[in-house]
This record gives sequence, C-alpha cells and structure tokens, in this order.
Amino acid sequence: MTNEAVILTHELTKSYGNAEAVRGLNLSVGRNSITAFLGRNGAGKSTTIKMLLGMIRPTAGSGTILGKQMTNAEENRELRRRVAYVAEDKPLYGYMTVEQTIRFASSFYPDWRRELEQKLLRDYELPLGRKVKMLSKGMRTKLALLLAFARRPNLLILDEPSEGLDPVGIEHLLQVLVAQSAEGVAVFFSSHQIAEVERVADHVCILEKGSLLVDAPLDQLRQFYRRIDLVFPFPPTEREFRIPGVERIQTSGHQMSVFASRNAAAVIERAHDLNVVSVEVAPVGLRDIFLETVKES
Amino acid sequence: MILTGVLLHCTFTVIQLYNMFFKLTPTTGQPLYLQLMQQIRHAAETGALRDGDQLPGIRTLAEELVVSPNTIAKAYSELEHEGLLELRPGSGAFVCVKRRTRSLAERVQVARHRIRDLIEGLREDGLLDEEIRRAFEAELLYPAEIARK
Repeated sequence: MTNEAVILTHELTKSYGNAEAVRGLNLSVGRNSITAFLGRNGAGKSTTIKMLLGMIRPTAGSGTILGKQMTNAEENRELRRRVAYVAEDKPLYGYMTVEQTIRFASSFYPDWRRELEQKLLRDYELPLGRKVKMLSKGMRTKLALLLAFARRPNLLILDEPSEGLDPVGIEHLLQVLVAQSAEGVAVFFSSHQIAEVERVADHVCILEKGSLLVDAPLDQLRQFYRRIDLVFPFPPTEREFRIPGVERIQTSGHQMSVFASRNAAAVIERAHDLNVVSVEVAPVGLRDIFLETVKES
Repeated sequence: MILTGVLLHCTFTVIQLYNMFFKLTPTTGQPLYLQLMQQIRHAAETGALRDGDQLPGIRTLAEELVVSPNTIAKAYSELEHEGLLELRPGSGAFVCVKRRTRSLAERVQVARHRIRDLIEGLREDGLLDEEIRRAFEAELLYPAEIARK
C-alpha cells in the first residue's frame, strides 16, 4: 500500500456533445506527496476532480482512488469516507451557524480531530454563532477547509483552496497543507497561485484543453528547464536547434532565445559548433513554464 | 504546566533562529532540498552550527519554511549520507562537524581569495561589476558536463 498511487487514471475522458472537456488523461498521484494541478480556466481541472470523486461519470476510461474504483457505487462510497474534498464553490448550508456546521460535519466522522478543529477555529477567527450565509467569501473558504482538515482523511482534494483568501490566509493554508502532508495525508490541489505552488508542491501536473502537458516532479522542472540566450555572428536557421527538449525558439537578428525543457547542454554545444559569441543560460520559474506550456499547445 | 511553557518558549526561539539561516528561493532553478543542504553545510562551515547542535524536526521546519516535508526529509537524509547530520528517530537531526567539514571550510577560504584576485583582474580589464556578475551566473548555470570539457 505504501508505494501505490493514491490517484491513478487510465485514459480518462469526458465529452459534452462534441466537446471533449478531458481527453485520455493518465494521471498518477503519489501517496507521500503534495501534487499541484495547474491549468487555465476551462482546462478541465474541475471536471477531472469531479470524475475522480464519482460526481460525474466519465465518457471513457477508468480510475482508482486509494485503490477503489471511482465508478463503482459501492467502492465510491467507501473512498469518499477517506477522501476530503473542498469544492471550488465551497457548498455549505447557509442557514446553519459555524458551530452547527462543525457539529453536523463532525458527527459523520468518528476519527474527528477535535484539537485541530479548536486550533483552526482560533487561527481562522471564525465567529461560532454566525450563520454561514452571513460569512465573507474568505471565511466560507476557511470553514470548508477546517471541515476537510479535521476529518483525518487519507487524501485531500482541494479545488482552488486559496480562492478568496488574503495573503495571510494563503500562508496559513499552505502551512496547514504542509502539516497535513507531514502526517501522511496525500494532497492534490488545483490552483492559480503559481508562486505558492512553487514553494510547497512536490509534483506538478499542467492540464491544457483537457490534456496533460506536464506531469513531473517540481525539482525536475527546476533542474532541467532553461532559457538560453545566444548571439551569433551569422544567424543560423532555427532548424539547427531542433533538438529533443527544445520547446520554443525565438529569433531576432543575430539573437536567438531557446526555451528548453531539457537538454540545455546539447543546445549550448550546438551553439558552440555554430560559433556563438555569447551564451546566457537562465533558470525558468514555474510561472514561465506554465505560460510557455499553455502557449505551445 | 510551567515546564511546558518554558519548553514551548525554547522551541520557539530555536525555530526563529533557524529561520534566519534558511532562505529557500523557489525560482533559482535549483531544487529546494539542494538549497537547504547548502545552507546547512554553510552554517556548519562558518560555525553558526556547531557539533552536536540540534536542527528542528522535519515537520517543524517544513511548516516554518512553508515547503513540502519531502524537501526537508530529502535534505536531511542526503546530509546524513554525507556524515554532516545524524538522524535519531523520534528526537531529530543533530549536526556532527568532523575534520572533513573543517577542511572544506579551509578550501572555501582559499577559493574566496582566488575569486577575489580574479575579480580584481577583471575590474582592471575594465569590466563592470554587473558584467562580471552576469558572467559568473552564466557559468554557474552551465550544465556541469559541458563545464568539464
């Protein structure tokens, strides 16, 4: 059980009429890791998450969560007990107070972590007696997160968890995610907050138009993605730099800028063969990797 | 109860102290665990960390730096491999500064002198500091296998 993936999908596909929202997704999320799921709005992130949880049926393909078939009703019930999910729109009962909501939710989980609930209540400064419908967006998010964290899940799936939070709230959220991960909870979350993702994630998946374009450990992205700026006495053709790993080439006069996902060494070697006069190699942050990847497709 | 209070207070100062040492920058193109390893090594070389000093636990440091616990775990375990840390299950990571680390400190010292001379020479050749810095950075980012050729 230890090395097995907590989320594993095979050719997972969802179509709405002629439009494919998710196309042949092969996702494998590790047990002891924090995985970030990035993509533009409408890339298919929420559709994927809803399929994983059995909330919508895939058109084709299959998947398991914690070893349970997501499309099997019986197994799905079992897996939902062990997976905590915070939806994008944070659905909560508006007529209940914060205290009633917590009491209601905790009654479903014998393993409920009262001490964590109390700590988060203090940290989040949630007003116990206030009705949920009167809470601000940030407070709703905090309440939804509290309910997920205190459940003692095996897997946390969060759809845009930092939405509506201020920078202090985001920082606190990340700290709690890190603490949950340290306790052995697998974390899978979608986000637009690339700077935050870049700090806490072990693994990054980038979804674009329903397809997985990047699926790699963040350390690997850091080590291999490079932008190489070259200056030549006689500009070579871009064809000279069609090397595996070269994702994009921009040429302007004697200058050439190569964006590579790996093989930076080969690019530099080729440049030297072509009498390059200046070579500058720069690392590429996750933001640029994301933008370039999305632009590529 | 009083004792707990004291302990909590101590832990807090320790964390504060380490947080001053360790600054991880996600955008430098270098894995965070490598950055942490280098910073712990550096702290040991400069004497900021002494033989027998205790580092925060994986979870504590992960929460403090807000990075994945795997980042800390990997750095600690690699440093244990190198002999700079000793991991004791349940009680944390302890620094063991042996002769090797000291000789490394001396090598760093020598390297500093050489770099200083080199920079002096480059300035005499009329290069601006900004140009020198860029040249250094470009060379450091060169993939190691090419640099060796």
